[in-house]
Amino acid sequence: MALTETTSGTADREAADLLTVSGLVKHFPIRKGVLQRQVAAVQAVDGLDFAVRQGETLSLVGESGCGKSTTGRLLTRLEEPTAGTITFEGRDISHLSEGQMRPLRRDIQMIFQDPYSSLNPRHTVGKIVGAPYRLQGVEPEGGVKKAVQAQLELVGLNPEHYNRYPHEFSGGQRQRIGIARTLALKPKLIVADEPVSALDVSIQAQVVNLLEDLQEELDLTYVFIAHDLSVVRHVSDRVAVMYLGKIVEIADRESLYSFPMHPYTVALMSAVPVPDTRRRTQRERIRLQGDVPSPINPPPACRFHTRCWKAQEVCRTEEPALVQLRRGHRVACHFPENLPLASPEA
Amino acid sequence: MLAYVIRRLIAAVGLLFVVSVITFSIFYLVPRLAGVSAEGLASRYVGRTATAATVAATARRMGFDDPIYVQYGRFAKGIFVGEDIDLGAEKDHCPAPCLGYSFVTKQPVFPELVDRAKVTFSLAAGAAVIWVVFGIAVGVLSALRRGSLFDRAAMTVALAGVSLPVFWTGLIALTFFSYRWGLAPPGGTFVPFTQNPLSWAHALMLPWITLALLFSAQYARLTRAGMLETMGEDYIRTARAKGLPERKVVVKHGLRGALTPLLTIFGLDFGLLIGGAVLTESAFGLNGLGKYAVDGIRGNDLPKVMGVTLLAALFVALANLVVDLLYAVVDPRVRAK
Amino acid sequence: MTITTDERTHWSTPGAGPFLQVKDLQVHFPTDDGVVKSVDGLSFSVERGKTLGIVGESGSGKSVTSMSVMGLHKAGAAKISGQILLDGQDLVAASREEVRQLRGKRMAMIFQDPLSAMHPYYSVGNQIIEAYRVHNDVSKKQARAHAIEMLDRVGIPEPHSRVDSYPHQYSGGMRQRAMIAMALSCDPDLLIADEPTTALDVTVQAQILDLIRDLQKEFNSAVILITHDLGVVAELADHILVMYAGRGAEYGSAEQIFNDPEHPYTWGLLGSMPRMDRDRTERLMPIKGTPPSLINVPVGCAFSPRCAFEANTGGRARTERPELLDAGQAHLVACHLPQAQRLQIWRDEIAPKL
Ligand SMILES: Nc1ncnc2c1ncn2[C@@H]1O[C@H](COP(=O)(O)OP(=O)(O)OP(=O)(O)O)[C@@H](O)[C@H]1O
Ligand SMILES: Nc1ncnc2c1ncn2[C@@H]1O[C@H](COP(=O)(O)OP(=O)(O)OP(=O)(O)O)[C@@H](O)[C@H]1O
Ligand code: SF4
Ligand code: SF4
Ligand SMILES: [Mg+2]
Ligand SMILES: [Mg+2]
Repeated sequence: MALTETTSGTADREAADLLTVSGLVKHFPIRKGVLQRQVAAVQAVDGLDFAVRQGETLSLVGESGCGKSTTGRLLTRLEEPTAGTITFEGRDISHLSEGQMRPLRRDIQMIFQDPYSSLNPRHTVGKIVGAPYRLQGVEPEGGVKKAVQAQLELVGLNPEHYNRYPHEFSGGQRQRIGIARTLALKPKLIVADEPVSALDVSIQAQVVNLLEDLQEELDLTYVFIAHDLSVVRHVSDRVAVMYLGKIVEIADRESLYSFPMHPYTVALMSAVPVPDTRRRTQRERIRLQGDVPSPINPPPACRFHTRCWKAQEVCRTEEPALVQLRRGHRVACHFPENLPLASPEA
Repeated sequence: MLAYVIRRLIAAVGLLFVVSVITFSIFYLVPRLAGVSAEGLASRYVGRTATAATVAATARRMGFDDPIYVQYGRFAKGIFVGEDIDLGAEKDHCPAPCLGYSFVTKQPVFPELVDRAKVTFSLAAGAAVIWVVFGIAVGVLSALRRGSLFDRAAMTVALAGVSLPVFWTGLIALTFFSYRWGLAPPGGTFVPFTQNPLSWAHALMLPWITLALLFSAQYARLTRAGMLETMGEDYIRTARAKGLPERKVVVKHGLRGALTPLLTIFGLDFGLLIGGAVLTESAFGLNGLGKYAVDGIRGNDLPKVMGVTLLAALFVALANLVVDLLYAVVDPRVRAK
Repeated sequence: MTITTDERTHWSTPGAGPFLQVKDLQVHFPTDDGVVKSVDGLSFSVERGKTLGIVGESGSGKSVTSMSVMGLHKAGAAKISGQILLDGQDLVAASREEVRQLRGKRMAMIFQDPLSAMHPYYSVGNQIIEAYRVHNDVSKKQARAHAIEMLDRVGIPEPHSRVDSYPHQYSGGMRQRAMIAMALSCDPDLLIADEPTTALDVTVQAQILDLIRDLQKEFNSAVILITHDLGVVAELADHILVMYAGRGAEYGSAEQIFNDPEHPYTWGLLGSMPRMDRDRTERLMPIKGTPPSLINVPVGCAFSPRCAFEANTGGRARTERPELLDAGQAHLVACHLPQAQRLQIWRDEIAPKL
């Protein structure tokens, strides 16, 4: 996407951070017995540090259960963090109450995966898309109806669809309705949790293009959650790879896809099927054994060591820190791949 | 699994305790709070002709003046170790489990309860067998031939069956099968199973069928709904894809899934029923627990009513326990938890 | 239609005929809203030892086709016509009992969601044993040994103890392995995999695709791999059938479909996918609009309302249904555009933008 002056500036000048997260933890207690004692916890998110820059798209990728959605719900404060801080525009929002969050909900919005269940089937499109105005008590210029129709047009729907119901629309159109709803109050940050995963490829491409156009037009910042590495490469400026509640690698898109350093990232990329038969024979495949371990009892130290082909003793005893090994490229691994030849910059 | 059983048992005991406290309070505390004096309670033991002095003496002997928790303690102790009762003229030992004496007959309640329970249990068990077999069979067939004539007829009958009152169907059944055609013994007949199983069954035939009719209807509807749901599951498609004969698909894969929810309902129904099938017992003149409770209420005979209530609670708790354990046997996912 | 199918079979396999041949299959569902023409004149074939990939968007009739082959449609609900020849025997004309005898034994199927596809109350071993014993007269003990062997073959660790586990105790990937073990327990000649990896993570998907590939070599069965992911078929398929609105849009070898696709819909699918193996494009090229209702399929070419080249056919696309015709080298395309024009559009307009 074309980046404007304000969002990226020159290559050297970093854009301002819209949102920063440090030491973010979310454990879901597992309770048992009559007394509901806590016997264990799902360590859904376990110590995240990252920043989302103004105007960029930061993607979170990883396999099922690695904590992507939980992170998204923490950022939008639909979930209260167990520990750590979330700072939005310089303000600590980690433990704001529902009431204190309300004004901020205008700025931070979320799009969900399932275009079928996230829309109330008994409400008209107009009512759904106009809901944020009502909730926030905002009266847009020219009235709610006019504003809603403008939004419908913005996401490529016919404004005449104002009085229709969600079931009259296809999956892709429903996702557009969901997007229109989030745009109502001119948000600054949109957390999109697998917004295209449930859609067919041809429709998926429509929605991806729409999201990109809107970003450009409205100067939006996205946190894009997905498990499809190809889509992620297409939409992101930066990508964070998650494994069992931790970020194992975070980097600029080009750097990550050209020089994946964490063994998990390498394996993930090698597993993506590509629509090219020539690749069948040429490609060197890395096949991970087994499945992702349970986040209730994650492996100690490097959480990936049970499936990693490079694992050594140190991986089982010492947790690798997320360190910068290349410009804008941080990795948590004792034995990273694709190391730059020159010694890493500080 | 063992830990699970023990936990469930403890929970059941806790439940019984709570029920006993509540019933005890209803019968002994609430009247007092409502303004009935200790003498008022005691007067029921001694009859209308007694003098005020005898009543007061009885109230003291029975301990109606004591604080309510002392009374409850005495009552609870009676259940576990028995109780010596001073009825004025005679003194008596009421062996454990002692649920007190009837105001009216002056007999200990528990042995009477046991006698009555035999009747009710016979009634409930026989009827349960019939309604389970019949209800499930009709439900399964209805589900498999959804929308067919059979389905529609069965569901109409089922609707009628649920809405017809038992005392009415009971009366009709008695009139025709017993009095008019002489196929069944008249109402009020009960032969203990131990004495002669055949006559036991013969005597209970009509009450069984009457009661089962009501429940079969309900179970047929529930089974049908359950079957319709499970037969749409993915695993049914898998079973067919293996090439299993349809009969096996339905029984082994479909029914097994559909029956589990029925188990809970069955436990509850059965538990409640042995607590007293009041209407059926009245209709057929059977001396079961339900009738016992009704007599108790009519005669203002608190210990009787309380005895039945506690016993009913025990049965419901037991039935629930059995259902929970069965659930764990049937569904491996429950076992894991 | 049938003629071209026959031509193709002559073409690609001199000698042994295809194990499965579907000819002009139609599957219609009468509903209150009208007749749903889920499959409407579909022909294809698969040979032993080969994999046919069927791709298409949601609702294009992929699952309905596979269920028809397996004879799994409810008796009254679907109106099926045409021919499904399994090793020469017509399954459409066969009795339900005959088809049941073939199910699991000569043709088997694995499904998308392995958790819901297995019965939660029976152990994994139990379900494999059952599948084996329907068609093989063996003792429980022998069947159990066979089940353990099958679990071992699909890569379940410690099959001796895992055989008694219940589906919920397996992970997603292991469940799909177990489903495959169950499907292969009677050594079927045809395996239909309907979105076998859609519910799985990429790393596990890669494992399962490897497994299917290896087992196919070992069992030499014909495989139909149904998916909406072109990447997945590219991994496994020898031939690919692209479906649109219940019909074949394009059929060819995997190389033909990926390197020289000739149908505008296939172009659209390729242009919609962001690709890891190419330089990143600035924009994806989606197909406009949405798939048609199968009750009111557009007259003429079903794809015409969404097709960017509809105008090039001089109105024929709106009136006449294009048949799936051989464009040479057993590459079948259902489009009115002259072949020369198709090749040119692909070369000049589409391929450079991918
Ligand atoms: N409310 C909750 N209570 C308990 N555990 C939860 C809760 N929400 C999520 N989890 C657990 O936290 C872990 C991370 O879940 P999350 O939904 O964030 O994963 P995800 O990366 O979004 O996965 P997916 O790709 O499947 O959506 C999972 O193991 C999940 O079971
Ligand atoms: N029993 C049925 N009655 C009526 N319509 C049906 C029935 N089964 C399938 N259909 C319709 O047939 C069409 C094709 O369905 P099918 O399941 O084959 O699609 P698919 O290609 O497998 O899609 P997906 O990728 O979503 O699995 C759909 O429009 C569906 O609604
Ligand atoms: S730290 Fe060790 S186990 Fe973890 S990813 Fe790196 S090499 Fe593998
Ligand atoms: S026939 Fe016409 S409308 Fe159909 S695919 Fe070909 S060019 Fe497009
Ligand atoms: Mg998620
Ligand atoms: Mg399907």
